[in-house]
This record gives sequence, C-alpha cells and structure tokens, in this order.
Amino acid sequence: MIETALIIETVVKAVVVLSVVAAMGAFATFIERKVLAFMQRRLGPMHVGPYGLLQLAADGIKLFTKEDIIPQNTIKPIFIIAPVVAAASAFVAVAAVPYFPEFTVFGYTVHPIISDINVGLLFVMGAASVGMYGPLLAGLSSANKWSLIGGARAVIQLLSFEVVSGLSILGPVMMMGTLSLIDMNDYQIGGVSHWLIWKQPLAFVLFAIAGFAETNRTPFDLIEFEAEVVSGYATEYSGMRWGLFFIGEYANMITISVLVSIIFLGGYNDLWFIPGALAMLLKVSLWIFLFLWVRAAWPHIRPDQLMWFCWKVLMPLSLINVLITGIVLV
Amino acid sequence: MLKAFDKKLEFTKEKSNRYIVKLEDLKRVIGFLKKKMGYNFLVDITAVDYSTYKTAYPKRFAIIYILRDKNFDNLTVIKSYLNEDEIVDSITDLYKSANWSEREVWDQYGLKFKNHPNLKRVLNHKEFIGHPLRKDYPITKNQLCTKTDDLMDEMIPRLKAKGYENQEEVMFLNLGPAHPASHGTIRTFVALEGETIISAVSEIGYLHRGFEKSCENHTYNQIIPYTDRLNYCSAILNNIAFAHTVEGMLGVELPQRGQFIRVIIGELSRIIDHLVCLAANLVDMGALTNYWYLYNPRETAYHLLSKLTGARLTNSYMRIGGMTHDLYDGFKDDLKQCLEDVQKGMDDSLSLIEHNRIFQDRAQNIGVVSKEEAINRGWSGPNLRASGVNYDVRKQHPYYFYDTFDFDVALGSVGDVYDRMMVRFEEIRQSMRIIEEAMKRLPNGDINVPDHSITFPKKQKVYTTIEGAMNQFKLVMDGVKVPASEHYSAIEAANGELGFYIVSDGSGTPYKVKVRPPCFFAMSSLPDMIEGEMVADAVLDLGSLNIIAGELDR
Repeated sequence: MIETALIIETVVKAVVVLSVVAAMGAFATFIERKVLAFMQRRLGPMHVGPYGLLQLAADGIKLFTKEDIIPQNTIKPIFIIAPVVAAASAFVAVAAVPYFPEFTVFGYTVHPIISDINVGLLFVMGAASVGMYGPLLAGLSSANKWSLIGGARAVIQLLSFEVVSGLSILGPVMMMGTLSLIDMNDYQIGGVSHWLIWKQPLAFVLFAIAGFAETNRTPFDLIEFEAEVVSGYATEYSGMRWGLFFIGEYANMITISVLVSIIFLGGYNDLWFIPGALAMLLKVSLWIFLFLWVRAAWPHIRPDQLMWFCWKVLMPLSLINVLITGIVLV
Repeated sequence: MLKAFDKKLEFTKEKSNRYIVKLEDLKRVIGFLKKKMGYNFLVDITAVDYSTYKTAYPKRFAIIYILRDKNFDNLTVIKSYLNEDEIVDSITDLYKSANWSEREVWDQYGLKFKNHPNLKRVLNHKEFIGHPLRKDYPITKNQLCTKTDDLMDEMIPRLKAKGYENQEEVMFLNLGPAHPASHGTIRTFVALEGETIISAVSEIGYLHRGFEKSCENHTYNQIIPYTDRLNYCSAILNNIAFAHTVEGMLGVELPQRGQFIRVIIGELSRIIDHLVCLAANLVDMGALTNYWYLYNPRETAYHLLSKLTGARLTNSYMRIGGMTHDLYDGFKDDLKQCLEDVQKGMDDSLSLIEHNRIFQDRAQNIGVVSKEEAINRGWSGPNLRASGVNYDVRKQHPYYFYDTFDFDVALGSVGDVYDRMMVRFEEIRQSMRIIEEAMKRLPNGDINVPDHSITFPKKQKVYTTIEGAMNQFKLVMDGVKVPASEHYSAIEAANGELGFYIVSDGSGTPYKVKVRPPCFFAMSSLPDMIEGEMVADAVLDLGSLNIIAGELDR
C-alpha cells in the first residue's frame, strides 16, 4: 500500500516538476527577450497579447507546426536522438533537486523533491553533464562543417568546465560532509550569516563562472554564436528538434540557479520575514536575471581564451580552494 | 621631375602632374618614382579604351597609374599607350595593392600583365566572356554564369607556401558569401587546422553590377543615384565625391553656402557610416547591446536625412554644381537633437566596452597591420590612420574650407582591430565638432553654381519663360557638357580616399568613369591579415575594415 502511494506520489511529482520546469524554461525565454529589450532601449515582443505575453504560445505553435527537415547526408538516427538527449538529460538532472521546504496537504506531507538520494549533488552534475552528448552528436551527425565546429566547441567547453565546477564544489562538500542537497540546505539554517557563501567565497565565484560556461551563456556563448559558427551544432536543425535543445538549455539554466541558491545562498530556508519557498523563487529569479544582465553587458571571449581561462586560471584556483579548505578543516 | 631620372627617357608632360611614357619604360619610371622620389602610395591603376573617342589616339588603350608621394602632398599620374596585344610589366613586386588592381584592369579591359602572380578575373565571374569596359562590349549584353569558383588555384600555392603538401591535413571552409558575419556578400575561403586559419583566399564580385559601364551610358546628373549605391552607408559622401570631381573638370566652385551644406551633410554621413561599422563589429564580438546604443542615433540621423532629402539610405541629394534644394526650416534643431543622440549613444557604448577586459583581449593585437604595410597595400581613411599614418584628404588637400575648420586627425599606434575601432569613435567626435562649427559659420546665399549650363533655372522661370523651359529641357536631355579632359580628384569619404578618374569627350555623358573605392584595397589584404589567426578573429578583422560590398564590387 505504502509502495503504491510512493509510486503515485513520485509520478505526480515528476509530471509536475517536468511541466513546471519546461514552462519556466519557456517563460525564461520570454523574460530574456523582455529584459534584454529593456536594457537595449527597445520594446521586445509587443504584438501578440498584452505586452507580448502570448508570444510564448505563438513560438510554441510555430516550433511544433514547422516542417521537420532532416538534411540528406545526415546520420539520421543520431541526428534525431541528439536533441532528445540534450533535453532529457537536463530534465533527469532536476530529479534530485529540492525546490521548496516540505509542506502538508490534507494531512499528507509532501517532499518537493522527486527522489531524495543521498548523493543528490553528484547525481545532478552527472546527469547534467550527459547533456554534452546532445551538441556533440548533433555536430557530428549533421554533415555540416559549421555543426562540426560548433560540436567541437561544445565538447571542449563543457568538458573543461565540468572539471572546474566539480573541483570548486569539493570545498563546500568537504565542509558540509554531505552530497545530499537537502542536507546542504539544512546546514545553512539560521539566516544570512549562516550562508555558505561567506565560508566559501572562492568556490562560489568559481562555481558561478563554471555555471555560465556550462549553460552556454555570454561571455561563454561560443557554441552557437552566429557571427562565427552560424548556428553551431544547431545549424541544420529546425522546428521542435531545434526547440528541444533550447528547452534543455534553459532547464539547465534553472538547475544551475537552483544549485547555486541551495549550496551557497541558504537554499529554501526562511529569509527574515520571507517564507522559504518565496525566498527560493527570489534567489532563482535573481540568478536568471544575472544571466541576462551579463548577456546584455559583455562581449564574449574566443575559444582559445576560454581554454586558457579554464585550465590556467580557474582550475588552479579551485585546487587551491580545496587545499585551503582541507587545511582549515584539519 | 622625370628628367632627373634618365636624360634619354622620352616622355610628354600632358598636364602639370600627368606624364606619358613609353610602355617599355613604364615599370622603370614607376620604380624610380617609388624608390627615389618616395611615391609609396599607389592610388589606383586603370585603363581607357580610346577606340570610339572623338579624336584619334596613337594606340587603342591607355594604362594609367595614379601615385601619391610619401607625405601625400603630390599626386602624379603616369600614362602609357598600348594596343591589345602588348603586355604590361606588372608592378606587384613594388606595390602589393597593384595585385587586385591589375587583375581588375585585365578583367575589365583585357590588358595582360607580365609576371603577375595570378592574373585572373576579380569583379566579373570566371565564366564571363569578353571584357565589359571595352567600348565594343555592348552594354545590354547579358551573360548567364552559374559555376562556382573552387578557388583551389589560389589556395594550393598558398598552402604549399605554408608547408602543407597534403590537402587532407586541413579542413576547407567557406566564410561567406552567405555567412552572418560576411556583411554583405563577400566570400573568404579558408583552410583550417582546428580553428586556426592556415591560409585564406578572398573572392569578391558577388555584388558587381557594372557601375562603371552604366556611367558611360548616362548623363552626369543621372549618375548621381548610381553613386548612392557605392558605399550605401554614407551615400551622400559618394554624391559629393562624384560631383566634386565633375565640378573640378568644369572649373567651377560652389557658392559658400553650398560648400558648407556639403560639409555638414557629408560629415553627418561619415558619422552614420562609422556608427554602422562599429555597431556591426561589436555585434560580431557578441556585445549585442552596443548595436542598439549605436543604431538608435543612426535612426535619428536617418529621420533627419529623409526629412531633408526624401530618402533614408540612397539620398541622391547632390547635383553637379550644387544640390537639389536648401536646408529646411528647423533643420538646425533637428541636427542638434541628432548630434545629442549620437553623443549619448557613443558615450553609452564606450562605457560598456572601453574598460572591459574581454573587449580589450578580443580586439587588441588582432589583425595588426604596420604603417609600411598599410601604405603598400593602398589603405586609406580610418584603417590607414589606425596604423599610425597621418593621411586625411581633408587635411592634406583641403576642399570646402576644411583647412579653416578646427578638427583633429585621430591616429592609432598599433594598427589592430582595437585601433581601427577607436579611431572611428574619435572621428565621430571630430565630425561632430566640424558640424557644430559649420552650423555656426553657415553663410546665407545661393547653394548652386549660378551658371545655367550646369544647374537648373528656378522652377518659376521654367514655367513662365521660354528661355527657362528651354534651359531645363537642354539640361535634362543633353546633360551638363563637361569640357574634354581627364581628371582625378578625391575626397575623404567615410572609408578613406574615394576618388573618381573621369575621362570626358566634351559631351553630356562621361567617356569613362573609374571609382577608386577605398574598400577594394582593404579587402585585398584580408587573406594575408587573417592567416594564422582564428575564425573568431577573422570575423572581427573583416568587420573592422568596414568592407561595404556595394563599393567593393561596384
């Protein structure tokens, strides 16, 4: 009986999380256009619905009804599966992410996490990094040189920053002695002064930078930067296949924002008078806004500069951080 | 001057600065001019087909070299007559800029050059038969060309020079003609190793529409709208360059007010051109916001221009001997608003990038071109000044009272992408200074040359008097009659020295028009610039040179 309830609860939660994250990902595209427009002295989408709010629906309809084009020389099965890999891995990753504090509905306690595994962080990062296969397979199977270059750029970028994000998170993990995101959240109960960011500032900065790189945001948006590689790995994609890549990307953006909020910024603990759930939403929104703000303000860097930055600056710094944390803990 | 070279040399002095030498002496004379007299700057090479000219010439063709000396003070034209079967010595070993120029002469006139590294067509398609600027090529004759040039004839020697014997080692990639960063239709064919460009070849001509041939079939004033389409980012400067050259042939000078209006509107066009170049270049770098910061003031300027001239992009505002009409009431306030917007947009954009480490890392020491190289390549305008060469036609050969205006010439020190961008930012500032001063000093009076063999009479006269109606009729039907002569003159356009070499036979239609497009020479050096750099840098290099396909391909 209990098992059945658990299965039903998990399925319901999975469906809810999936649809909410997908909807948020889609909504983030709208917010991105509006925020960028505001920063760039223009209006953004205005014509569909009030303030262009229905633009989202229009885009969705467009993507779903577009002709599905598969170019001639592509390796068809791989070409088809690549966007699915990108989107699916992004959604699998959110399975171990807690969003809100637990709450009670009709006397039934709900844990707003699909699966509370004790290596949650490891799972999230592992599953998210599988997403790298999306661009890679797309780039290799598209039979297009721009796709190939884009795919190659994606692999070097994501692979390199995987190392940095992994190493930078080691410090916090050593301090808190857990890989479960719920335990990490509970570690920071007690207000702003208990946030991990004060104890691990370097790790915070490194993880944030790696987050920008892993979600392919400016200044690291080399993978599909138009002026250089046309559309990178997505050059030959159109319609919803193309859309899947971007839903995956935005879902990743949300995941990274949630991770930063939970690990460094106090998670879903109550913040002053703000209830935990709302505090969490605010923190995630703030991060997404930061992603957009940086995009509006900065140019982006060159692939070789990116590699230099990753391996010669960030990687040694994250090692030093692990070392210092170790010394302090001992 | 040439007497000092060789006492036995036979030459004729046609004008104060034009010498006719024998074909076999041509290369010796140019070599002497370069080495002994310091004529470092090859402005242009062109040819004339005299076969239908009203007076007889000793031979069918003439080849013309236009040179400037090292301080850009003197201009010398060397001319030599030849027939179709005679071969000219190539001067590509003296001037790198001669490479594409000689290819163009071969392409358009079918004159052959000895020792040219790769004499092939440059503007016309490779399947094209005949040479369009010859007088026996009918202007209405179309040719359908479909085959794409694989450019391997240029690529393989370049790869071999870099030590790549086997083509399997590299990946070939076409940057253009339809690529988001090609800014028009320019094709650069590159061989890549990783993302590093091993060797590159450029192909132009995708927008070639036979401007020079069309000119030979239209009256002088009918050509003005065609000049709009050369550098369409600053159409009025092209109008001015053409009108200025023809006025030089007519020996007339505009009334003061007309000259001042040309300065004001011309500098405004320069600002627009630089804004477009900078915005596009920053977008190529991923700095998207700058695009709107720089394009919004351009929009204000276009509103002003459309109010003044009736068109946003292709204004056709100038006429031979003046312009279509005077400034409108309230122009001053609109202009003030426009300049304020430009200032604000520029300040906002600079505040985003000026101290941005990413921007500096991307732009500095990329695509470096030294002083000597830039001169040898025939660069001019902001690109040349970014390499540190102090050459601005407005200062060296002032026209329209430019010598009385208070403005500085912006110079770069390294000659990289950063310098080329910053020089343009500074030139916007200086242009604004010129406009403000010119508005203060703007005199009253006529705007057109008061000679009715050149400019139209007032409409009231046309409608009420027979003389006026006849005057208008003759000018429209026959065009402005320009005395038979050959003339080169240039102004400082937004991209550099924009010159016209016009041959007139005394009728209302030019016998030959040759544009000296500043882009052409910048573009010819792109392959050498980007070799050894990455694809991302190549995009910035192309953007920073401000290649405008309309002017490049004509």
